[in-house]
Amino acid sequence: MTEPLLKVEGLKKYFPIRKGLLSRVSGHVKAVDDVSFYVNKGETLGIVGESGCGKSTTGRMLMRLLEPSEGKVVFDGKELTSISSDDMRKARREIQMVFQDPYASLNPRHTIEKILEEPLIVHGIGDAKTRKKKVHDFLEIVGLSSYHAKRYPHQFSGGQRQRIGIARALMTNPKLIIADEPVSALDVSIQAQVLNLMQDLQKELNLTYIFIAHDLGVVRHISDRVGVMYLGKMVEIAESELLYDKPLHPYTQALLSAVPVPDPNFVREQILIKGDIPSPSNPPSGCTFHTRCPFKMDVCTKIVPKLEEVEPGHSVACHLYGEHAQQ
Amino acid sequence: MSERKAILQVKGLQTSFFTDDGVIPAVDNIDFSVHEGEVLGIVGESGCGKSVTSLSIMGLVPSPPGKITGGKILFGDKELTKLSDKEMRNVRGNDVAMIFQEPMTSLNPLFTIGNQLMEAILIHKKGWSKKQASARAVEMLTLVGLPRADELMKEYPHQLSGGMRQRVMIAMALVCDPKVLIADEPTTALDVTIQAQILALMKDLNERLNTAVLLITHDLGVVAETCERVVVMYAGQIVEEGPVQTIFKDPQHPYTKGLLQSVPDMRYKKQRLYSIPGNVPKPGSVNTGCRFAARCEFAFDKCLTQNPDLYQTATVHKTRCFLYEDQEVSTHDRTLVES
Repeated sequence: MTEPLLKVEGLKKYFPIRKGLLSRVSGHVKAVDDVSFYVNKGETLGIVGESGCGKSTTGRMLMRLLEPSEGKVVFDGKELTSISSDDMRKARREIQMVFQDPYASLNPRHTIEKILEEPLIVHGIGDAKTRKKKVHDFLEIVGLSSYHAKRYPHQFSGGQRQRIGIARALMTNPKLIIADEPVSALDVSIQAQVLNLMQDLQKELNLTYIFIAHDLGVVRHISDRVGVMYLGKMVEIAESELLYDKPLHPYTQALLSAVPVPDPNFVREQILIKGDIPSPSNPPSGCTFHTRCPFKMDVCTKIVPKLEEVEPGHSVACHLYGEHAQQ
Repeated sequence: MSERKAILQVKGLQTSFFTDDGVIPAVDNIDFSVHEGEVLGIVGESGCGKSVTSLSIMGLVPSPPGKITGGKILFGDKELTKLSDKEMRNVRGNDVAMIFQEPMTSLNPLFTIGNQLMEAILIHKKGWSKKQASARAVEMLTLVGLPRADELMKEYPHQLSGGMRQRVMIAMALVCDPKVLIADEPTTALDVTIQAQILALMKDLNERLNTAVLLITHDLGVVAETCERVVVMYAGQIVEEGPVQTIFKDPQHPYTKGLLQSVPDMRYKKQRLYSIPGNVPKPGSVNTGCRFAARCEFAFDKCLTQNPDLYQTATVHKTRCFLYEDQEVSTHDRTLVES
């Protein structure tokens, strides 16, 4: 197997909770708590989870839009977590991000041309003429026309704006694209267009994607491998076929069974998990899922399960499959 | 199913918004009815008029700029569009209740849960004492599956999670035993595991209390799972209507077909998603011909010049597409259906 393009080890983000007159730190919100994974070149890693599970925080830390509290991010042989913010800015040429809200992520006062040209200026790529040409080329690549360059964001629909967001991410010829809920604000028919576009671009430009989303159907469609997060931890990560056909972690099983399927004849065993996600500022001891887990054992309340490979290409953090399984 | 009585009938409803850019018909001449105790789904993408339809029924269209410009909404023998504000207030909550997408913004953050539930009861149940109202409120909170209902009465909305707030909203909506519950994207703001809980609850209440539910959503999975009949809307019009089985197994309108094919299915991996070309038209931007013609792969000359009717292609199936014009069941059959 080839060397992974991106390697993440023990990534943590603790947000301090301050209280009182002196703003003393009274605790931490463990938004991301010891997450490790890798992404191979040319593949798509999907990260799923419910709100507050830390998937977006993870995405932002990879680009150091948020500084990690602990852990290492190694991209293309370079450790991103130890370099200066100046060097990081340069490194972002190779890692770009596509955001969820195409309404909020484009400056309403700039023309599309200006929006798309900006990353090139920031990274000092080309002269004015080649930059203009590149803007026009990429507009065509994402399915818009070069005459759109003079328009403003408000003149476009949601789907078109997301295409512009993708074009902007591609301007600097990045290797890795982190897409944080790129289609969740779009209508179903437009969502399909954008997903197809992303797949085409991946093949053409040999891109690697980290695709963060809450929609399990969308993630299965686009991902080669999928990681499931719960309360700041990666609870299961596997090749997408394995994860969807044979989920091992009770949370993954419940999550998959909760998704409504567009087929009225489909009968499935629905595992309704009770209650809500506990607060990440005061997560349960041991396995963080034990408060809602139907298979809870004594050990689950005490020992944090490690993410371990249980079969080739399939890792899970659950005591049901580890050394405590025989209890 | 068809022998059930229609309790809410929408006939030729037209709701328009009068803006600086002209009159925008958000809902344009739609007909449908909600039968006793059924779950009817309205699906469509943003801007198709599904939410305006529900607001029109509740008499909550923001006015100005919105106004119901035509048609009738019949609840039993009451014509809702003709009622005064005061009479309408009696209908809302009592006969027809509604829950919204965002449970946080629909609850008042300054009042306790108990206070807000009791307000609804005391307004509608004349002569009830506070004690009776309080007992009823606790009963409703228990009914929607909330634990420690007594304590919840004294808590404020911010103390509850999103799923619990939506349960409170459902309890509040059902407090006066309405005949119809309109749910406008009730689970869109919730996580999937919580969505599953809320949908299970709504289905359960529908069966136990026989409350008809008008479920408005963009999620075809939610429709397949909860509804008996479906109305598909596109650009302010109904394009297809039928039982959920028929709509999902044998869709007729090219838009419905395209929509179903563009949903990624979690059970298996498709190589490539089908996608409907083009964009959802802005309301009011297509005036001649079929509103879907510009994006339709089957469009022919007639589609660009005339707007098709909603053809009755089977006793319980209607489609607004010229492809099915000659499959319309004869008027004789149709009168049988309507009677």
